[in-house]
Amino acid sequence: MIEIKNLHKQFGQTEVLKGIDLKIEEGNTVCIIGPSGSGKTTLLRCLNLLETPTKGTIKLGKFSLDFQDKKPVPKDKVIKFRQQTGMVFQGYNLFPHMTALENVMEGLIYVRKQDKEASRTKALQLLEKVGLSERANHYPSQISGGQQQRVGIARAMAMEPEVLLFDEPTSALDPELVGEVLKVMKELAKEGMTMVVVTHEMNFAREAADKVVFIDKGVIVEEGTPQQIFEHTGHERTLQFLNKLCS
Amino acid sequence: MFADERMDRIVDIIVNSFFPMLKAGVAFTVPLTLVSFFLGLLLALLTALARISGIKLLDVIARFYVWVVRGTPLLVQLFIIFYGLPSIGITISPLPSAIIGFTLSVGAYNSEIIRAAILSISKGQWEAAYSIGMSYPQALKRIILPQATRVSVPPLANSFISLVKDTSLAATITVTEMFRVAQQITATTYEPLVLYCLAGFIYLIFSTVLSNAQGQMEKRLDRYVTG
Ligand SMILES: Nc1ncnc2c1ncn2[C@@H]1O[C@H](COP(=O)(O)OP(=O)(O)OP(=O)(O)O)[C@@H](O)[C@H]1O
Ligand SMILES: [Mg+2]
Repeated sequence: MIEIKNLHKQFGQTEVLKGIDLKIEEGNTVCIIGPSGSGKTTLLRCLNLLETPTKGTIKLGKFSLDFQDKKPVPKDKVIKFRQQTGMVFQGYNLFPHMTALENVMEGLIYVRKQDKEASRTKALQLLEKVGLSERANHYPSQISGGQQQRVGIARAMAMEPEVLLFDEPTSALDPELVGEVLKVMKELAKEGMTMVVVTHEMNFAREAADKVVFIDKGVIVEEGTPQQIFEHTGHERTLQFLNKLCS
Repeated sequence: MFADERMDRIVDIIVNSFFPMLKAGVAFTVPLTLVSFFLGLLLALLTALARISGIKLLDVIARFYVWVVRGTPLLVQLFIIFYGLPSIGITISPLPSAIIGFTLSVGAYNSEIIRAAILSISKGQWEAAYSIGMSYPQALKRIILPQATRVSVPPLANSFISLVKDTSLAATITVTEMFRVAQQITATTYEPLVLYCLAGFIYLIFSTVLSNAQGQMEKRLDRYVTG
């Protein structure tokens, strides 16, 4: 389970997250929606410490971190904490000098320190899972965006994280390639992977999410089941946002 | 008649000088270049890392070093090391003096190339490396430097070829590299035009071979396209 309490993040003078409280149950898929600039990416990046929160606590797996302004978290603690998370990026961020297979093996060999053969076997299994066995020896520049993103998911899965973080995983994709990535994500959700997904794909949120969180201007306006948010919201701001998406 | 004799003499000098000069090239110019370049690249990498470390003191030291070395002539640096330092009790033989001078120079100029190459790799690559649990040194070694190398090969190769030619300055501190041998032969034959042209010709061969090697290497590194 993940527990976020009173999380704040400031960039210089601007406060981007203004006290986020959020619980994520194990095995759940949580979709985060909200207008541009509302702090969705920042929240996600705070969860794996790519950004250091200014204040608040995050409890995840074996660790509970308490953040205070100007008190840096020790580097080895950051790495240990982060190793419990996996991230899938909007722009894929595959390593261009490595094949799909090598991208997935990299963390197993150099972070998990597993031997090469075991890593290869596991990486091939993961590529098969995302439907890319045939592309194992291709470089990222030789495969489509949808395929690259699926390699990105396999790479993140390889580290067996407690939670997978997705930042708009399909918004850089051509429309016809979105489906294949969402399909993989839905399968993972079904298998009980804990996932936090920032997305504009409302259909995905409706179908796959256990919980939808609406963020605006750095605060959680509302959270609930997809039904509660999409059909019975009582919040003016949520309604405005959803209407704008539909129009 | 007179012209013919002169011609014969010049051909003789060329034939007799070519191999001693080539030998000096292989025995001194080439090793001097290779050793200085290799050490210089290490120094350049350290300097580049110091500059991007975000640690103020390291950055200041690195900037100062680059500023001094780039702002003064290589010839003056070599003279300070070889002729100057003995007066404060530090005496270094000609070849090591030359290696020190060239290494410092290579380190300063190429640190900027390496720094720019590292900075040209997108932030997303660092973040992807961190996201799979890598530390800074791991991310640098496994993810960033391999890509930065690809970017920096063309400018580094150019700087290598410049170094081959710059090693002729070592003649001024009595290293018997190729150009020094040309000077020595000139002193006994009084044919400066012939011998200095010959020296230039051998440098031309060296740099042409190296340029071709550079082309080959770039082709091999083009296996993947960064992006
Ligand atoms: N590194 C940074 N330095 C300064 N300001 C930042 C930084 N990162 C984000 N911000 C600011 O924080 C705010 C929230 O950004 P964030 O990227 O979290 O929004 P978002 O909800 O993900 O938006 P989008 O839907 O456009 O991706 C924005 O106003 C942005 O300009
Ligand atoms: Mg965002």
